[in-house]
Amino acid sequence: MLLVLIGVPIVVIGFALRFNALLVVTVAGLATGLAAGLNLVDIISAFGKAVADNRYMGLIWLTLPVIALLERNGLKERARHLISRVHAATAGRVLMLYFVARQITAALGLTSLGGHAQMVRPLIAPMAEAAATNRHGELVESIRQQIRAHAAAVDNIAVFFGEDIFIAIQSILLIKGFLEQNGIIVAPLQVSVWAIPTAVAALLIHGARLALFDRRLKRDVAISRPGGGQ
Amino acid sequence: MIGLETLYTLAGLMFAAFAWFNLTDRTNPRRFINFAFWAIYAATFLLGSRVPHFVTGCLALLLALIAGSGKLGRSKAEPAADVNAAAQRRVAGANRYGNRLFLVALLIPIVTLVGTFALPYVPWVDPKNVTLIALVLGTVIAFIVALAMLRDSPVHALKDARYTMDAVGWAAILPQMLAALGALFAVAGVGGVVSGLITAWVPVDSLLAVVVAYTVGMALFTMIMGNAFAAFPVMTAGIGLPLIVHQFHGNPAILGALGMLSGFCGTLMTPMAANFNIVPAALLELKDKNGVIKVQVPTACLLLVVNTVLLYLFVSRY
Repeated sequence: MLLVLIGVPIVVIGFALRFNALLVVTVAGLATGLAAGLNLVDIISAFGKAVADNRYMGLIWLTLPVIALLERNGLKERARHLISRVHAATAGRVLMLYFVARQITAALGLTSLGGHAQMVRPLIAPMAEAAATNRHGELVESIRQQIRAHAAAVDNIAVFFGEDIFIAIQSILLIKGFLEQNGIIVAPLQVSVWAIPTAVAALLIHGARLALFDRRLKRDVAISRPGGGQ
Repeated sequence: MIGLETLYTLAGLMFAAFAWFNLTDRTNPRRFINFAFWAIYAATFLLGSRVPHFVTGCLALLLALIAGSGKLGRSKAEPAADVNAAAQRRVAGANRYGNRLFLVALLIPIVTLVGTFALPYVPWVDPKNVTLIALVLGTVIAFIVALAMLRDSPVHALKDARYTMDAVGWAAILPQMLAALGALFAVAGVGGVVSGLITAWVPVDSLLAVVVAYTVGMALFTMIMGNAFAAFPVMTAGIGLPLIVHQFHGNPAILGALGMLSGFCGTLMTPMAANFNIVPAALLELKDKNGVIKVQVPTACLLLVVNTVLLYLFVSRY
């Protein structure tokens, strides 16, 4: 029954052709449901159930009014001021420091000490931008965008390759539970210890990339200046 | 009893406020479309547990149609005088409040952390959802402290938050629709078909080939599903257990750990993992919605190689 895979090419082609992602996903869901032989009412109800059950994903937006208040009253300007007093600060080093802090706290099970809405948008991204501005002067918008994209990526990579070292995290419990269903008993610690080598590799690989990012910033800023570059 | 329903009501009211501010914003020629979008989204939060799933499903389809029409718009830029006044306000605030601004921002993660440990002992709090309740509690406390410290008005806060929310736009609801797609994939049995296809193609007599099929398969299937947790049982039952553990006598703990981490490499590379990749791009107001993914791809690919090598070297040794 290969027809039930219809949703996969719809998503791939839809995203590649840059149609609206929300519409692409909806069409893929409808097509998959029809291919599986469901009627339209059941498919729409499945959408409704999943949307209602996953409302918790929208709770993160409750942080927006707090961020708005703080930004209205100079949070980003203060971040810039604070960073300007640290002369060794670069965008890459600020992000590396956050990477290490985020990875270590995640490994201790403290995954809620971070996140894009809570930490990256109000604090980390402005600090990284400010560090780059202090080094290289005012930045063009495309370079600012790159720095912010890197800030978001650091949060993801650090937490993904840190949290599995903690024995009581959801993914470790899922692995343990799945193996148990198949008659294999493992202790959470036996699993989580094997997350350590990849965690170290993530730190080294992404740290090296952030160092390269600093060097590239220097070059890009020189090129973006009128009269700069060759 | 404080539970998820309380939090959903709070969020629903906030989205309703965003809808209202959009409706009354005469500088935005598309204010009615924006109003409709946020009002419907608010309704899914306020009514989601009370109406039949079919009704919520119809509301969700309406949101997708509005988003797909491309008619969601943002209000025009503020007049220059307002922009200057706002900039002056920010500089003055930064000087006046200093590092206390950071403390308020840090209240959210700190209260979330403390609440996660403390709330299970509070009798009128639903013990199943303490992390989410703690997150919202931290947000509410930070909001009250910020209002008191900055002597600012909640209306200003909501109005400014609305600009950010309009910048995020339809990406806000994408994670929930992807969850719906995942549910329909599960009903249709997509996982079984995919793992059947992969097992049919793998040369089963080579450990290296099987290990590569498992780690790369985890990453690819995670990219399709947008979620490593959905890919893990399918790939591990299809390839991991029968071939690596039973045929090559591999260690199931190592298999599980590195399999899941290979899935995470996939999560970093797909727009289907919207809450990790697309939502932050919107939140940081990136023009390229795939900007975060593009930064993550090199690290994700290298880590996938690392996971594959580690699994190949150690799975039969320990």
